[in-house]
Amino acid sequence: MLVDFFLHLRARGVKTSLQEFLVLLEALRLNVAGYSIDDFYLLARTTLIKDETQFDRFDLAFGEYFKGIEALPGMETGIPEEWLRQAAKRLLSDEERAALEKLGWDKLMETLQQRLAEQKERHAGGNKWIGTGGSSPFGHGGTHPEGVRIGGRSENRSAVKVWEKREFKNLDDSVELGTRNIQVALRRLRRFAREGAAEELDLDGTIDGTARNAGWLDLKLRPERHNAVKVLLFLDVGGSMDDHIATCATLFSACRNEFKHLEYYYFHNCVYEHVWRDNVRRRTERTPTVDVLHRYGRDYKLIFVGDATMSPYEIVHPGGSVEHDNAEPGAVWLSRLSDAFPHAVWLNPEPEAHWPYRESISLIRQLLGGRMFPLSVDGLTRGMRELSKA
Amino acid sequence: MNASGSFSGSFSGTDTYVATRELSLAVNAAITLQRPLLIKGEPGTGKTLLAEEVAAALGLPLYQWHVKSTTRAQQGLYEYDAVARLRDSQLGEARASDIGHYIVKGVLWQAFEAETPSVVLIDEIDKADIEFPNDLLRELDRMEFYVYETRELIRARQRPLVFITSNNEKELPDAFLRRCFFHYIRFPDRETMQRIVEVHYPGIKQALLREALEVFFELRELPGLKKKPSTSELLDWLKLLLAEDIPPEALRSSDQKLTIPPLHGALLKNEQDVHLFEKLVFMARRGR
Ligand SMILES: Nc1ncnc2c1ncn2[C@@H]1O[C@H](COP(=O)(O)OP(=O)(O)OP(=O)(O)O)[C@@H](O)[C@H]1O
Ligand SMILES: [Mg+2]
Repeated sequence: MLVDFFLHLRARGVKTSLQEFLVLLEALRLNVAGYSIDDFYLLARTTLIKDETQFDRFDLAFGEYFKGIEALPGMETGIPEEWLRQAAKRLLSDEERAALEKLGWDKLMETLQQRLAEQKERHAGGNKWIGTGGSSPFGHGGTHPEGVRIGGRSENRSAVKVWEKREFKNLDDSVELGTRNIQVALRRLRRFAREGAAEELDLDGTIDGTARNAGWLDLKLRPERHNAVKVLLFLDVGGSMDDHIATCATLFSACRNEFKHLEYYYFHNCVYEHVWRDNVRRRTERTPTVDVLHRYGRDYKLIFVGDATMSPYEIVHPGGSVEHDNAEPGAVWLSRLSDAFPHAVWLNPEPEAHWPYRESISLIRQLLGGRMFPLSVDGLTRGMRELSKA
Repeated sequence: MNASGSFSGSFSGTDTYVATRELSLAVNAAITLQRPLLIKGEPGTGKTLLAEEVAAALGLPLYQWHVKSTTRAQQGLYEYDAVARLRDSQLGEARASDIGHYIVKGVLWQAFEAETPSVVLIDEIDKADIEFPNDLLRELDRMEFYVYETRELIRARQRPLVFITSNNEKELPDAFLRRCFFHYIRFPDRETMQRIVEVHYPGIKQALLREALEVFFELRELPGLKKKPSTSELLDWLKLLLAEDIPPEALRSSDQKLTIPPLHGALLKNEQDVHLFEKLVFMARRGR
């Protein structure tokens, strides 16, 4: 059964290895923890997961896997009448209750269910409904007593499982960049900026080496500390992109000094024969894309940021642009750019799961040889890794 | 002699350190399976203190290695002071002929050599170069290393219990992570915080504690703070409140409105945060 659990975690994209699973088995054999499911949860987490950004994914997968187990005999399965009375007191006015009591419990339950559903909506993002999967908290006969604890006001609070609270949700690195994540993302970008640096003389190393050599000069070199990477940034300013652009601009300008060169240009939806540097004067001060192609060397890393969401026509047809009559299709320009700058990626703020359903996204992804990454900390990391490839 | 661990007892916090159940479980897993425990978490959540407390609770010596950006893995094993040797030999000193005189033992060597099992703290491992953890893989796995200069193999007499802390400045390599247990210390909830305060100020008046925690957690919720106050700030603030004998009522205004708590400079250390806070309080008082 535990092997099954391990495979389930992996299938749900939880990053864990066989080596770690074996340690878990060993820990169980040595009775490190008690026998309760809560202990097992903690032990499994400390053994299998080494990154808090994975906790939420783990919690979800764990809950999913052990859902059935919880319903085993020995666990409460029905809603105690006492609770119903309390809930009724809490959620209904006196008159309503009096009126409903005349109607009997069935009607009462139905109304309660409705109230709870409303409460859930109001509390969106707050307390979570457990085990209901969006269906009625009163379920089909079986009923989930957990449904009851919504609102966190129930006396029996400890009964809500830790993993069901999803307390690590905001640490998940697959979520879109928020303020907290920006910090992390910045660090990753900085690291990227420092990679592949040129060599400089390592004075301490040289002295040390020379001493070891009993006085014969032994030159040592080390990678230069910073400023090795040159970046060419293309930002989509199409309406849907506004929020994301602010994020990206902050992100890249914050680590501007870390890059040897950081140049950026704007485009709308797709790149055509012109790009621009100042969004206000975009009509008057444009740069021919050809110039960009010639101005920067092949060692520049090309990063597009855009949702790639448009009509496919805007990519593949001459005159497809929403703004002007373009002589050559966007696809041609994209290919020219990615030919001129072999190190290129496209960062997309749209959730990765939506990509397959948008033809334009698939098209652009294809044009970039699959090098499209979501604009999340995780996506950035993958993107930067791609760019660092020799 | 082979490396063998023989820790007795298990950890569940001390008189001076509050460990949640999940933290204790992680520590005990590390003790039992003799693997390093990696600890992460917000600043001031007791990551560094943990190793000290576990060592004290188990009655074991503690060896601490505080990592900086320039720290190299080798320094934890030993350093060869080649420059000193060169100088000595130029001066014609006889001791220069024995390389052993110039080998300086690092933290891990000292721990490996210890007669009893010991606790090793590698603090803030993420400050070092990205390769640092990889350079320690074998040493932490096998608990042995080779001294090339003297052709000696140093092997732990007793496997030490290793704690590693990180503030997430750098990612740690997977191979390294796979060998550790991991625990993320969450910021203490109110109940845990209350226990933490009580171990620091036993017998503190409940009324004062309650009001202080109220203010503290409210302050942490303030949007836009550059630096949220942490456990240490709360403890410092309480120390001042106690020293000045501030009554609990002073922490809360009589009209239920937001007020500026006394000595709030101990909680908010960033000038911008203080301004922000004072402005918000001012606006709130005027608004209602
Ligand atoms: N669980 C706890 N029990 C008792 N005291 C605690 C606890 N957690 C934190 N403290 C108090 O907070 C102080 C800060 O703890 P410590 O220096 O270990 O934090 P840290 O997590 O290492 O912080 P940093 O990330 O800044 O290094 C401690 O000296 C102690 O006074
Ligand atoms: Mg510390």
